[in-house]
Amino acid sequence: MNQFFTLLVNGLSLGCIDALIALGFVIVFKATRVVNFAYGSLLLLGAYVVGSTHESLGFAGAALLGVAVTAVLAVLLGVVLLRRARLADPGTLAILTLGIDILLATELTRRIGTDLLTTGDPWGADVVSLAGIQVPQTRVAAAVVAVVLVTGFLAVVKFTDWGIALRASAEKPATAALMGIRLSRVAASAWALAGALAATAALFFTAFPSPGISGTVGQAALAAAVPAAVLGGLDSTTGALVGGLAVGVTATFAAGYQDQLAFLGRGFGTVAPYVVMLLVLLARPSGLFGSKEIARV
Amino acid sequence: MSDRTKFPLRIVGALAGVLLLLAAPLSLESFWLQTGLFAMAAVIGAVGLTLLVGVTGQLSLGHAFFVAVGAYGYAFLAGSSDGDVVGVGLPPAVATVGAVVLAGVAGALFSPIAGRLRGIYLGLASLGLVFAGQHILQNATAVTGGFNGRDAAPFRLFDFSFTATDPELIIFNVPYGALERLWYLGLLLVAVAVWYARNLLRGRPGRALVGVRDSEAAAAVMGVNVRRYKAAAFTVSSAYAGLAGVLLALAFGRIVPESFGFLLSVDLLAMIIIGGLGSIGGAAAGAVFVIALPLVLNHYSDALPFLAQPGEAGIGAAEAARLLYGAAILAVLLYLPGGLAQLTHRISAKESRHEQTTAGNGDSTSPHVDRV
Repeated sequence: MNQFFTLLVNGLSLGCIDALIALGFVIVFKATRVVNFAYGSLLLLGAYVVGSTHESLGFAGAALLGVAVTAVLAVLLGVVLLRRARLADPGTLAILTLGIDILLATELTRRIGTDLLTTGDPWGADVVSLAGIQVPQTRVAAAVVAVVLVTGFLAVVKFTDWGIALRASAEKPATAALMGIRLSRVAASAWALAGALAATAALFFTAFPSPGISGTVGQAALAAAVPAAVLGGLDSTTGALVGGLAVGVTATFAAGYQDQLAFLGRGFGTVAPYVVMLLVLLARPSGLFGSKEIARV
Repeated sequence: MSDRTKFPLRIVGALAGVLLLLAAPLSLESFWLQTGLFAMAAVIGAVGLTLLVGVTGQLSLGHAFFVAVGAYGYAFLAGSSDGDVVGVGLPPAVATVGAVVLAGVAGALFSPIAGRLRGIYLGLASLGLVFAGQHILQNATAVTGGFNGRDAAPFRLFDFSFTATDPELIIFNVPYGALERLWYLGLLLVAVAVWYARNLLRGRPGRALVGVRDSEAAAAVMGVNVRRYKAAAFTVSSAYAGLAGVLLALAFGRIVPESFGFLLSVDLLAMIIIGGLGSIGGAAAGAVFVIALPLVLNHYSDALPFLAQPGEAGIGAAEAARLLYGAAILAVLLYLPGGLAQLTHRISAKESRHEQTTAGNGDSTSPHVDRV
């Protein structure tokens, strides 16, 4: 039973990181209908900036710089893509982001090389014990940051003008534009937010117990974001949160009980979220909270 | 075929191309033959994928999985049980057909999901196949050999073996080894694949698939069974991927899970984008470009001064190839949305305008390039 609760708490804390990653993925899709395959590389960029500057700037300074750089680059990407966004269908735009991902990931991986950078975070490898449940300190910090950010984000979406603009342009872009909402600004801010979220998530995604910052971090992050975002529903922020938590818990449980799940093969933890995603999609083709397409044939 | 003057010229050109391809093993060294074989496998896979993505409008990021089913299916069906891996030991030709069928069945099994999902959801769901596939390849060691992979039995047709010996074959003083022999097998498979795809597009099913892409509702009103056609497109496309897998397995000789990851899916998509969605010739051209670029850059990295040697700082051949290839995707999507196919159409359209013909682009094989 103790193992169960340990896994549950660890899974939820991992899920918080996954939810942050998925949230950035979903915001861009919601605002612009672009599936952002460059998201993993953006996260890698954030991690790389932090990893290469934390010795001179300190952790906090490096983290801020990483968030800023990633957000700026995300906006630039968004602006370049948006020039074309009205003409192209989502599939083409997705492949465009794949092209960007290849460029960015190749260059960053080359720069990182075979070194294993660390984020230099203050928590290190310390572990917190709570009622017999052991959780790494980084995960506690991740959970706190995630809860604060997500609550803040939801409040902003609910109460501010920007939030209303975002929701309106996601609902009916043409009507929103007629109401005086500048779609390009909403989109650019969504990209900026996504970049900032990616860099924030990178801080925790690459911290203990993960080995550190290597070239494969981007792919791993994307591999976590996709099932989380899809099973929650691509255009639902609530879905991203639920999906992120579900992915974190699923992966942790599959890894924790791998002796009992040995018949499914080793390393089932990485695949389990995708299996869950496919099962959810079979029942609900637009994910748990995604808006359904009305056209029925 | 608007202008009669150009028609024989085109036939002559095509014949010359075929003759060149047939004679190629006489003069090419093994590096080029190997590259050519990989390119042929990629052409088959890309043509299959463009039938699905370009013609039917169903995005798939999961084709690496079906290629793997073909490759490992062949290795399993044609291989014999020795050591850690098991095999059925069928004749290779039968195993090839079996592997293609197996990949088709895998596609059909996925079609309940494929038929229900639309657009980007389908693409992302099919991504799940790649990860699931990697997991299976790593763990089903009896069939796949696990991380270290397994050997693919050399191809053999009756008494003719596609290896260096048995029977020994020397043509114009060139010893015909495994690569030279496989070259012809690859050409044959590519020809069959392209021919079948063209026929499929020209006929009733092709029109139905285009209808499904352009508007599911409209297609349904016209009497197209949308779900069935989507499933069929997925099945045919996966069978193509399976055939590509078989050829890939033969060209590699030994297959490992790493070759069938997400990157292969991206490569296949990049091929059909660069070539022009929905165009068969474009898919083939894109496949050759994507496959040959890294291999050629790598091969000539000594001679290219701007490339760093392994171990040096700077941009190496592999990285340069990936950067070029990423840039090519961006350039095509941003500036040439119809891909390479659009380029040739533009040229031929200009020519026909020049010659004052009225038929316009009547010889266009892909009426859908305008879509991207």
